[in-house]
Amino acid sequence: MESESKRKKESPNTAELAVTASFPDEVLEIVLSLLTSHRDRSSVSLVCKDWYRAERWSRTQVFIGNCYSVSPEILTRRFPNIRSVTLKGKPRFSDFNLVPPNWGADIHAWLVAFAAKYPFLEELRLKRMAVSDESLEFLASNFPNFKLLSLLSCDGFSTDGLAAIATHCKNLTELDIQENGIEDSSGSWLSCFPESFTSLEVLNFANLTSEVNTDALERLVSRCKSLKVLKVNKSISLEQLQRLLVRAPQLEELGTGSFLQDLTARPYADLESAFNNCKNIHTLSGLWEAVPLYLPALYNSCANLTFLNLSYTALQSGEFAKLVVHCPRLRRLWILDTVEDKGLEAVGSNCPLLEELRVFPADPFDEEIIHGVTEEGFVAVSFGCRRLHYVLYFCRQMTNAAVATIVQNCPNFTHFRLCIMTPGLPDYLTNEPMDEAFGAVVKTCSKLQRLSVSGLLTDLTFEYIGKYAKNLETLSVAFAGRSDRGMQCVLEGCPKLRKLEIRDCPFGNEALLSGLEKYESMRSLWMSACNVTMNACRRLAKQMPRLNVEVMKEDGSDDSQADKVYIYRTVAGPRRDAPPSVLTL
Amino acid sequence: MEKSGLNLKATELRLGLPGSESPERGSDKNGNAAVILSLKSFVGSGAKRVFCDATDADAKWVFSVSEAAAGRLFSPRGGGSSNNNNNNHGKVHVGSDSGLGGPVLEDGNGACVAAQSPKPVMMVQDKKSHEIAPSKAQVVGWPPIRSYRKNTMSSQSSKNDDDSEAKLGLGCLYVKVSMDGAPYLRKVDLKTYSSYIDLSSALEKMFSCFTIGQCSSHNVPSRDGLSESRLMDLLHGSEYVLTYEDKDGDWMLVGDVPWEMFTDSCRRLRIMKSSDAIGLAPRAMEKCKNRN
Repeated sequence: MESESKRKKESPNTAELAVTASFPDEVLEIVLSLLTSHRDRSSVSLVCKDWYRAERWSRTQVFIGNCYSVSPEILTRRFPNIRSVTLKGKPRFSDFNLVPPNWGADIHAWLVAFAAKYPFLEELRLKRMAVSDESLEFLASNFPNFKLLSLLSCDGFSTDGLAAIATHCKNLTELDIQENGIEDSSGSWLSCFPESFTSLEVLNFANLTSEVNTDALERLVSRCKSLKVLKVNKSISLEQLQRLLVRAPQLEELGTGSFLQDLTARPYADLESAFNNCKNIHTLSGLWEAVPLYLPALYNSCANLTFLNLSYTALQSGEFAKLVVHCPRLRRLWILDTVEDKGLEAVGSNCPLLEELRVFPADPFDEEIIHGVTEEGFVAVSFGCRRLHYVLYFCRQMTNAAVATIVQNCPNFTHFRLCIMTPGLPDYLTNEPMDEAFGAVVKTCSKLQRLSVSGLLTDLTFEYIGKYAKNLETLSVAFAGRSDRGMQCVLEGCPKLRKLEIRDCPFGNEALLSGLEKYESMRSLWMSACNVTMNACRRLAKQMPRLNVEVMKEDGSDDSQADKVYIYRTVAGPRRDAPPSVLTL
Repeated sequence: MEKSGLNLKATELRLGLPGSESPERGSDKNGNAAVILSLKSFVGSGAKRVFCDATDADAKWVFSVSEAAAGRLFSPRGGGSSNNNNNNHGKVHVGSDSGLGGPVLEDGNGACVAAQSPKPVMMVQDKKSHEIAPSKAQVVGWPPIRSYRKNTMSSQSSKNDDDSEAKLGLGCLYVKVSMDGAPYLRKVDLKTYSSYIDLSSALEKMFSCFTIGQCSSHNVPSRDGLSESRLMDLLHGSEYVLTYEDKDGDWMLVGDVPWEMFTDSCRRLRIMKSSDAIGLAPRAMEKCKNRN
């Protein structure tokens, strides 16, 4: 024992010498520059001061999961050489209108800081941020090397902002506009790409509705020889699509426009041959209003498809089954529930490599419940697709037994998001709560990272989660649970929990405060329509200064209740840009 | 339960003879007031009752969850409390029992309305409680679908609101099924059933919060058989009959004609209270009474 401890005493010294002798900073930086994962880099930076320093100089990409967890000043001070920034803003429930408008997450202050400190910024990926046209113009004018803009679920801008990007960003390689709240005044932005501009590799404007100038688009596609991804909007007809495909046979990802048109024989043959000519397409989406008649034009292309996104195409089971027979290599599939269980059976029979399935509801708000998918479809997929690890499934009925079967077939789930659309619905066969279903999920799927629960759930579900879901990072809960104990089980039991979002559950102050020490290890907590009071929030805020505790008040609501609470860790202190309806405690 | 903030008149369904003003109906001693349809709001003409409008009626389902009631709403499904208390306002149906799939309260009139909390927990309460007629009342932000998808799908779907007709095509035959007292209606594809028994057991599953006592010439199980099931008996002592609207627009009792003839002529189904089934073939009603 003694000799060991002696050795221990000696080794730090020799190690230090060794480090300084054979690991000069430059070398270390080169080594570290090979590290891309931001989590690895975070770990590296904690090793020692030298490594911290080397890491910060060598880091070129930064990922900020909550834009308020850090300020532009702090970021730019620590990392001087950033070329690529990913920022996420509003809490996820803002996608479902639970967050008041003007809540914040405005990109502008960041851009101003970047213009000063990162003038060579190349890439910006934003999710749920507020982005104005002014900000887009500022971006376009202040970063000469700017290459990549990706906007997902953002809002506040219009096609004018896009016009600025198209006009000024001479080195643009990627413009990816997805699912944003965009004011679409005209398609003329596309014509703003100068004739000399040839660098585009990714163009996704499926989000927009206005017609673009198809000549301009054709010319753009023709001259951008490196174009790999083209996702057009609804306004592009089949014939126009054919002309584009002919000019870009190298495409790898295609989003079609409207697949609805009266094609006579000749144009149909041209379309089919254009598709056949694009031998590299592995991702297909769009297919707005697809008329089944023309789907066979795709069949040959489908052979190599790994990702098929039909989530905006209302196909019936028969038509879909005919299509999916041609897609044996499919790994990711997004569909509408119009394909019904039969369609899912076809998936199970034809897509053995499937890893991800998302089934969206065609009529989620329709009281006249037409069919959609049930537990049977999900079970059928699980029998045929044993590699399934990501599922998002909207349905109107489910049973505990079905879920147990599903996870037995597919124990490798990392993301299990089940949405039984009627809140609080029990197992429709046994009338019992759905506790055992999610119990089976967490017991069987040890790699589970993300879980969304639904249906009638007691605290037992959360006991199971706390006990078994040791790798769980994200949990979404709605209309579930019986008492504070439920939430407590999760907070106490899930060591890797980072994001917890809860709505309409009977969890109150005791549950909230039981997570006191936990929240600093998490990115954020959202609780709305629960039983949390303002006093409890104030207490939490007081005891945990490194958390921001924000309460969103609704007009006319009881002053003592905290209707919507958003709690997140931050090194930037309370934010100063909150609107009046948001109180920072 | 508080009724403030909820315009009950707008949600109350009433039934009366054609052209008449529906009488005000209070609760009877079992809290058992019929939920009836107001013709005044809809069409005045003719001898036939026009139900097409009624089924698309104002009685939309206002759903909300109150924090105060949340404990109760999510309380254990002990059938006892719900079964015994008929005439209070705070009767709660947890999902399994109500079949409506969500926390639902019954107010004094037997109309299923959502728990109204003292504070507007949901935006829906403020916006929608007085606005029952045109819009579908929904829980805010549920199901969790991004606005972009919502907007895109709604502009895409070629929904036919004017569907008092059964939808034909693609080898299926959808008809609407409404049930008196249920705040929303369902659709069934008649082609998926091969007999009245099939159909009635499917309907029983669908409307499982209510007992369905059916009189038909095909000997569907009587009420006694059904009471053993897990069904929640909301309106005690009510018998229901299954009726349908045929091609001529006449309302007939289901079960009198051979199945195929029925599926050919059926346009719409309605599960109505037998006491209200006036004007249907008296012979059929006779049969029904005799059986019981």
